[in-house]
Amino acid sequence: MKKNGLLAVFKRDIRRNKVLYLLSLPILIWYLIFAYRPMVGVLMAFQNFNPVKGISGSQWVGFKHFVDFFTGAFAWRTIRNTLALSLLDLIFNFPAPIIFALLLNEVKNKMFKKTVQTISYMPYFISMVVMCGIIVDFTKSGGVISTMVANLTGTTSQNLLGDAAYFRPIYIISNIWQGIGYGSIIYIAALSGVDQELYEAATIDGAGRWKQTIHITIPSISSTIIIMLILKMGTMLSVGSEKVLLLYSPAIYETSDIISTYVYRMGFENYNYGFSTAVGLFNSVVNTIFLLTTNYIAGKYSETSLF
Amino acid sequence: MAMVEKKSPARILFLILNTILMVLIAFVCFVPIWHVIMASISDPGLVDKNTGLILFPLGKVSINGYKYVLSYNNVWIGYRNTIFYVVAQCLITGVLTVVAGYILSRKRFQFRGILMGIISFTMLFNGGMIPTYMVVRDLHMLDTRWAMLIPSALNVFYIIIMRTSIQTIPDSLEESATIDGAGELTIMFKIILPLSKATFAVILLFIAVAKWNEWFPALLYLSDNSRYPLQMFLRDILIKQTDFTSSSDALDQTQLYKVLVKYCVIVVSTLPILCVYPFVQKYFVTGVMIGSVKG
Repeated sequence: MKKNGLLAVFKRDIRRNKVLYLLSLPILIWYLIFAYRPMVGVLMAFQNFNPVKGISGSQWVGFKHFVDFFTGAFAWRTIRNTLALSLLDLIFNFPAPIIFALLLNEVKNKMFKKTVQTISYMPYFISMVVMCGIIVDFTKSGGVISTMVANLTGTTSQNLLGDAAYFRPIYIISNIWQGIGYGSIIYIAALSGVDQELYEAATIDGAGRWKQTIHITIPSISSTIIIMLILKMGTMLSVGSEKVLLLYSPAIYETSDIISTYVYRMGFENYNYGFSTAVGLFNSVVNTIFLLTTNYIAGKYSETSLF
Repeated sequence: MAMVEKKSPARILFLILNTILMVLIAFVCFVPIWHVIMASISDPGLVDKNTGLILFPLGKVSINGYKYVLSYNNVWIGYRNTIFYVVAQCLITGVLTVVAGYILSRKRFQFRGILMGIISFTMLFNGGMIPTYMVVRDLHMLDTRWAMLIPSALNVFYIIIMRTSIQTIPDSLEESATIDGAGELTIMFKIILPLSKATFAVILLFIAVAKWNEWFPALLYLSDNSRYPLQMFLRDILIKQTDFTSSSDALDQTQLYKVLVKYCVIVVSTLPILCVYPFVQKYFVTGVMIGSVKG
């Protein structure tokens, strides 16, 4: 009876909003095909997937691929590297735009401020491929950065991307370079909204600039910081494969091979579709748990959650 | 009115150091690109031996590197394809995003909540690289231009930004238009869209820049060079360092300019965006703001 009622409501609604339902069709269909069909496709993680036979015709193998991955030689390496890049990115790349915004906020000359800001956005608009091309050029043997490093350490200039020890610093520093200006936009906007009278009152009370920063500026942008932190934490383990794929090489897999690049290689170079999907599924599930957990914690302690 | 602030010596020292730091940050953001531009017009022999930053052209200024790059067919093919992908993606994603934003903001639409749920869930979980590839393969889209456009036709964040913007438009406008006999499509494109055109412009800008810079879908879905976007050719030249010359002319002159090729292609591919971004940056700022409020 109840179900009938709901159905009736929809029937009436379809008649009344015919065009809206027609318009929603392409969107619904797109989501079913390109978002939900791949979700069904993760079943191939439990198969010896054969592309010719498809999911219905391939042989089921249960959790074999997962067992193979976790007992294999590369599980720890890829998980460790993914974690390392995520954590380093959080430690260095998260605070960098905040500090930049706070310091830029102290600049009083509008022209100068605007110029610095505009220039700092520039790296963001450079494509991933071009940025990695510049990195490759600067860190090659005899490149600008390699030469600087060689002078500092008193060695001869070498190809830094060929040395596993340098991969993480290169990855993190170039991320900061590309993201510091663009990432600061939101904080600069938040800072411009701070009530100036608060500062005047504080000055009368005898609080110096440093105290004002600690007690007025930072608290007034803290909700923005928390939202950005949740967003960042939620995507912690989903380190994208694109930049690493462009920069790494077998010689430095030890520090640079992450889960998503491993998924790419297993799938598109070894054609081991089932195994590759299994590793990707593991990564997706961990990401989802991470996102939900951070959101839950944030909602519980700060009233700022995403959904 | 302005308060005369008495500055302590410590404050003055801070302001000086801060200014220096800001100049330094701006310099570091800018200089790698400047280095590339200067290298591209330098003497190739000197660039080859150079190990420091190039702040001024080395040796005699010449545009021979560019002549060489622009005579290379793939650069033109890549450029043409990229422009096609950018325009087509803006059209497809632009229209679909407006439609999605419109129907998801109609309160009278009963299916709205379910559809929004279906769309939002994809932010939490996705099938991943291989299952998505299999869908594209099963649709026989591999190695077609569709593979570059259709799998990226919709984006949750754009839909949410668009919907949020449309929601701020009062319902009374739609009601009076309905009384005047306007149909659904007329209301959407003639009344709602013009009122949220600033947000729409921001979304188009995001789509265009993302598409211009995109390369990974091409790596996954395309194998034929003739459909490659510019970024894929750049990847070959900059990262894989594939030999640029297909011909056998081992003239010293040509060999010499090879050093400059990578710098010239970077400039040729990046200059359009670098010239435009200072003028459109304020829209990006708006976009970041809307996106983060409702992200």
